Amino acid sequence: MLISKVIGTTVSTIKDEQLVGRKLLILRQIDESGEPFGKPYVAVDTLDAGVGDLVLTAHGSSGRQTAITKNSPVDAVIMAVIDHLSIEGKTIHR
Amino acid sequence: MLIARVVGTAISTVKDEKIKGRKLLVLKQTDPAGNLIGKPYVAIDLVDAGVGELVLTGHGSSARQSDLTKDCPVDAVVMAVVDTLDVDGETIFRKE
Repeated sequence: MLISKVIGTTVSTIKDEQLVGRKLLILRQIDESGEPFGKPYVAVDTLDAGVGDLVLTAHGSSGRQTAITKNSPVDAVIMAVIDHLSIEGKTIHR
Repeated sequence: MLIARVVGTAISTVKDEKIKGRKLLVLKQTDPAGNLIGKPYVAIDLVDAGVGELVLTGHGSSARQSDLTKDCPVDAVVMAVVDTLDVDGETIFRKE
């Protein structure tokens, strides 16, 4: 799973039927100091996460293993909101 | 599988129902000299590994082949703790 920060939202009216009502969030991965890096990507939110939250995303076929994304054309899902993150002895997020 | 070192932990209260109670470890890959490389990622711990240990992580749909992660929204698991690592005839790691 990737550690990412929610940086925005996407709204789409014309989309696959199985995606109707699904919330699409824009994310960027973070590094060991909590700084975002790399290109933004989109994941389906199953946990009511919000902009600024630190989350974990599962990718590929694993993205279809939640009740909300089962059999959907989805390759990334937010499956955990992080309360506390500690890397190399430092608390990155609380 | 990737050879990685456990560098931290992640705690999450709000998470998918199917992964309730699972331990989340933060990892970084290591190079042949044992140096940490790349960016951190998270995997579900299957073998009760701890911070500082060298482990193997399985990825993609293979990560859902364990009893603990079957049909779960999980794409990485820690599936082995490394005792020794030999590369090019040299022991580059031995668990203390």
